[in-house]
Parts: sequence; structure tokens; C-alpha cells
Amino acid sequence: MHGAHSHNYLNHEKGLWSWLTTLDHKRIGVLYMISVFIFFFIGGVFAMLIRWELFSSGQNIVSPAGYNQLMTFHGAIMVFMVIIPGIPAFLGNFFLPLQIGAKDVAFPRLNLLSWYCLMVGAAIAFMSLFFSGADTGWTFYTPYSIQTDTGTIWLVTGAFVMGFSSILTGLNFVVTTHKLRAPGMTFWKMPLFVWSLYSTAILQILATPVLGITLLLLVAERVLGIGIFDPALGGDPVLFQHFFWFYSHPAVYIMILPAMGIISELITTYSRKTIFGYKAIALSTVGIAAVSFFVWGHHMFVSGQSEIAGIIFSFITMLVGVPTAIKTFNWVATLYGGSVRFDAPLLYALGFIFLFTIGGVTGIILATIATNVHFHDTYFVVAHFHYVMVGGTLMAIMGGVYHWFPKMFGRIVDDGMARITFVLIFVGFNVTFFPQFVLGAMGLPRRYADYPVAYEALNKISSIGSWTIGLGFLLALYVIIHALKRGEKAGDNPWGARTLEWQTSSPPPHENFDKPPVVTAGPYEYR
Amino acid sequence: MSIAKTTTTAGSGPKPHHHAHHFESAEHEFSAAKLGLWVFLSTEILMFGGLFVGFFIFHGIYPEMFKEGSTFLDWRLGAVNTVVLLLSSFTIATSVYYAQKNNQKAVVLNLAATIALGAVFMMIKYIEYASKIEAGLLPGQLFSYEAAEAANLGLYFSFYFCMTGLHGLHVLIGMGVMAWVLKRAINGEFGPGYYTPIEGIALFWHLVDLIWIYLFPLLYLVE
Repeated sequence: MHGAHSHNYLNHEKGLWSWLTTLDHKRIGVLYMISVFIFFFIGGVFAMLIRWELFSSGQNIVSPAGYNQLMTFHGAIMVFMVIIPGIPAFLGNFFLPLQIGAKDVAFPRLNLLSWYCLMVGAAIAFMSLFFSGADTGWTFYTPYSIQTDTGTIWLVTGAFVMGFSSILTGLNFVVTTHKLRAPGMTFWKMPLFVWSLYSTAILQILATPVLGITLLLLVAERVLGIGIFDPALGGDPVLFQHFFWFYSHPAVYIMILPAMGIISELITTYSRKTIFGYKAIALSTVGIAAVSFFVWGHHMFVSGQSEIAGIIFSFITMLVGVPTAIKTFNWVATLYGGSVRFDAPLLYALGFIFLFTIGGVTGIILATIATNVHFHDTYFVVAHFHYVMVGGTLMAIMGGVYHWFPKMFGRIVDDGMARITFVLIFVGFNVTFFPQFVLGAMGLPRRYADYPVAYEALNKISSIGSWTIGLGFLLALYVIIHALKRGEKAGDNPWGARTLEWQTSSPPPHENFDKPPVVTAGPYEYR
Repeated sequence: MSIAKTTTTAGSGPKPHHHAHHFESAEHEFSAAKLGLWVFLSTEILMFGGLFVGFFIFHGIYPEMFKEGSTFLDWRLGAVNTVVLLLSSFTIATSVYYAQKNNQKAVVLNLAATIALGAVFMMIKYIEYASKIEAGLLPGQLFSYEAAEAANLGLYFSFYFCMTGLHGLHVLIGMGVMAWVLKRAINGEFGPGYYTPIEGIALFWHLVDLIWIYLFPLLYLVE
């Protein structure tokens, strides 16, 4: 590369307006980064308040009604505004075209539109707070969501608009992957992060429209009283649950598949070894995406669906464990015999494997009908999905941010500090959520503002852990700002990685590569 | 990646189209746009799919209610609208054909005809809606028709209005986009080298037509 980094995407154009109207996928990725970080901060503050209220038995800082609002907004913000756009729209937007050697995504204007959809949707969702808020939980279950006279409709409408953001990102990624790969990059030479984004995009395209119509019907139910979900008018509230989970279960994989893609990149890069079982990992990604459409009923074992349906859903749910285990074994096999460098990104990847395994195995427990009846709607479920979503997705985002930061901004993150953030977040996370498995097994139901004194000790431990996580993320924010301002200049390829994005300069030029790359080797040919 | 040909479609009437910087050629851009459109159409199918599934579920639970509900719909008006939409699908397909043949005038005429047929469809829809609203044949809670036999007959009209309403909204959006395409066609922007917007709106319009082909028998002719 030319030694000078003088001209790059960051200084290609100047001024706030150039950012708000940019069509460059890298800049749109940065816009997503900023907004996702802000939403994460807000959702995190809600989480801290929840744990503060639950620190001791009895009413502490908020009323029970206020608690319901906290719980609802924490869930809705974290799901719709943080985890779903978190990896695809932020890191994916930035790195998918770079990794396949393209100049941009296929439809840059739709890409920008997707960011505005997220912003407008989020604004509508937050409007809810000015109309007495929402207290249904992020799942908007009927009939309560029809009866509660609060600002639920705003939150629902906001989620509907944000859905378009997700659809547009997915559409862009599918077409980009099919049409814009550099010469020589066959499907079997694509980086595994691209494979995971591609599978995620399929889910976004096929599942999100169903959420769209569901939420539209819910709005119509509230505004006009159409009765489709209202038993008093002949409708069926369980149908809402079916519709909702037909989207929201695949959505869980929209959240975790790209995280798995990042982990594949990190494991192979930091063990300096060709990934073990490339095709198996790639195909298991597609496999998880395919199976994910046929498991939604496992959210409804106690909602009155037929026993035979329950058994089928239970069985298919357990099948998800197979491709997931294939990935995990391949990651571990990649580490084996590698020249492992314990930089912060690898620590986050190892943290992912550890936490995600716990989340996955407890998922099997919940997929078993007999145990599910006991654990349903208890803190066991809360702990399970936080192990997957936080222990999985957020760990991967953190690892990915530290890994790709030098490429995005041309500066090196202080690795020592980054490792401290890992220790705080990892330890804090386990302290927070492991006791919740026990609480759940003891029968503590979730989403309640209060609990009997007998549950207090474990709740105190959990709250203390949550503040440790909060501290860890605040430190991580400091580390990133510090690196932006004072970080050492990064070389083009500080980690010695083999994928295409490391072959261009840091930060990359406006059109990504000075010369269009021609691909002759696979993505992970280390040794 | 095999699209390395750089065919410059110069000459032949329309203004030359410059493909976006991240594509190699106009054909490359066209193939990407077309794939994107098909993907978009699949999201539309999934969205309507939710309504269709709901329809079948409740039709299974309350067959009598759905039968009674359909008697309030005028199948003749539905049939006329089916013919109107089929015709419009023909005219839009013809405008794509004439764009490929570089017949500017025929492109403009056929696009205008399609918009007009869309308007006819919406007018008939308006007549139907007005008579339902007048009779109190309304969704769910708003249902106020007094001589209904089946309980909760409003539920049938919830499906009727949601399905035809969402479909009608698509017709309106399609007409709006087509007006924009028509304006560009009048400016002479399309020809054999570049007609992506016509192709796009045509695909969308065919899907809207196709959805109606299912709505008509399900709602009007249900037994």
C-alpha cells in the first residue's frame, strides 16, 4: 500500500451534513456504531435501575408500575435498537463489502435509508414515554397489550418502523454477497463472517415482514378493535403469540449468527492457524438459519398449544444444538495447536465460547417440555437468554470492535485496558446471571417488581454483579474514546490477518481498495 | 464474478445511463437491481402471508361465519376488478417490452394506461367500501349490522378490510411510483440500455395483481 494514509473515508468529505447524507457503507457503519452505542447506554441505564430496585425486597426506587416500564424499555431497546442492528448494520455494514472486495453495498441509498428507519422508529418508540409509557414487556402479548391504556401503541409502531431498517439491511447484504464479490472470490472462499451475515440477512428478509404485519394488526386492534387477537370478538390471543414468535425466534438467530461469524474470525486470526472445518462452520450457519423457522412453538409450551405440537417443537429445538455444537467443536479444534495470542479480542472470543455454551446447554433444558413447565417464566429463562444474548452477542461485539478498530479508525486500542474491560464484564456477567439460574430453579417468577425475603441474598449478588458489568462497559467506552484521540497509529494489518479488509490501508480509502483485489487464496491460509 | 463485459450501449435514442460507481457495467447494475427486487417481493409475500394464515385459521374455526360474510360482497364487482387488474398487468408488461424495443411513445402510453386501470380498480373499491360502511358491515368492534346470523361476524370484515385495505394501499403506492416512472419515461430516459425502473415497477405490479388473484376467490367466492 502507499505509506500515506492521508486520503481515507473519514476525511473524504467534511462536515456533519456529509455524514448525514453519506452513501459510503463505512460511514453508515460508523453512524450505526454511534447510535447503537447510545441506545446501549440508555438500555444499560434501565438495566442498572432494574437491578437497583431488586437489590432488596420491598419497594425501593420505583413503583411497581414504574418497574414494568423499566423492564419493558430495557427489553425493547436492547432487542430492537441494540442487538438486532448491533452486528449486521454496524460491523457488517462496514466489513461485508471490504471482506468480499467490493467498493460498496449494492444499494447505498437504501443503506442510508435503513439508518433513518432505525432513527425514526426509535424516536417513535421513545415518544411512548410522553404518553404514559409502555408496560407490556418487549413481547407485547395480547390481550394485555390491547387493554393497557398506556403508550404501548407508540412502542409497537416504533418497532414496526425499525423492522424496515432490518429488512433493508438484509436485502442489501444478500444482493451484495451475490453480485459484488471480487474476481476469484467464490462462495467457498468467503470469510465466515460473510457467511454468517448472509444467513442472517435471509432471516431478516423472511422473518421481519411477519413481525411487520403482526404489529400492524396489533395497532389496528388497539385503534379500531378489529378483534383478531381479542377473544371477546371471536379472535385468538394465542395467534398473536404464534405470529410474534414466528418472527422473534428467528430474530434470536439474527442476533447470534453474526456473533458466531465474528468469533470464527477472531479464533483463527489470534491462533494464527487455518480455521478447522471451514465448510462445516459455513454450512452449520445456514443450517441454524433454516431450522430456526420451525422452533417458535417452544415459547408456548404452557400457552395451550396441542401436546403433539409441543413435542415436535421440542424435538426440532434440540436439533439446533447440533449445528451449534459443530461450530463450538471447530473453534476449539482451531485453537488446538495454534500459536495463540491472548489479545483482548481473543479473550472476548473465549468468553463467548464459555458463556454461550452455558446459554446453549440451559437452552436444551428449556427445550425439554417437562422441565420447561417448571422453569417457564422464571429467572431461569432470564438467565438463559442473557447468557446467549449478552454472553454471546455482546461479547462478540466487544471482541469485534477491538479487533477491527485499527481498520476502522487507523489507531490501536490499548490492549491492557481492553483486557481489564474483559475481566470486569466477564466476571460481572457471571456474578449477575449465574445466581438467576438458581433463583429460577427456586421458582422466582420473572418480570415482578418485588420478591419474598427468602430470595434476597442471591438478588443482592446479582445486583452487585450488574454494577460490575456497568463499570466494565463504561471503561470500554473510555478505552475507545482514548484510542480515538490518543491511540498509536495502526499499520494496515496489525494482527497479520488474511482476509481482504486487512489488505487495504487503515482507515480504508473512499472506494475501499486502491486497486480492485483479485482473490486467489482462501480467507484463512495461515498454516 | 463473470460480468466483465463492458458493452457501451451508445446511440439509439435515449440519454445514456451512467451506472453507479460500485458496479462494473450497466448489465451488472441491472442484474443486482433485479435480484434486489425479487428479494423485496419475497418480503411482501411473507407480510401478506401472515394475513392469509390468519384467514385460514379463522375460516377453519368459523366456516359458517365466513360463508355468511362472503354473501355481503358483490362478486360481480370483484370479478370486474380482477379483469381490470389483469389488464393492467398486461399493459405494464407491454411497456417493458416497448422499452426493450426503444418505442418511447408506446412506453408512455402503456404506463399511463396502467395508472388509469389502477385508478379504476380503486374507484370500484371505493364503491364497495362505501356500501359496507353504510350498512355497518365493519371490522370487529365497529360492526353494527343488525340482521347478522353468525356471532362475531365483524371478524370476517376485519379480514376483509385488512386484506383488501393493505392490498389497496399497495395499489396506491404502485400508482405513485408509476407516476414517477412515467415522468421519467416522458423525459425519454429509458431505452434498451436502461429500463430498470420500468422492470421494477412491473414486477411489483404483477405481485399486487397476483395477491388479488388469491384475495378474490377467498373473500368473494368462499363456500
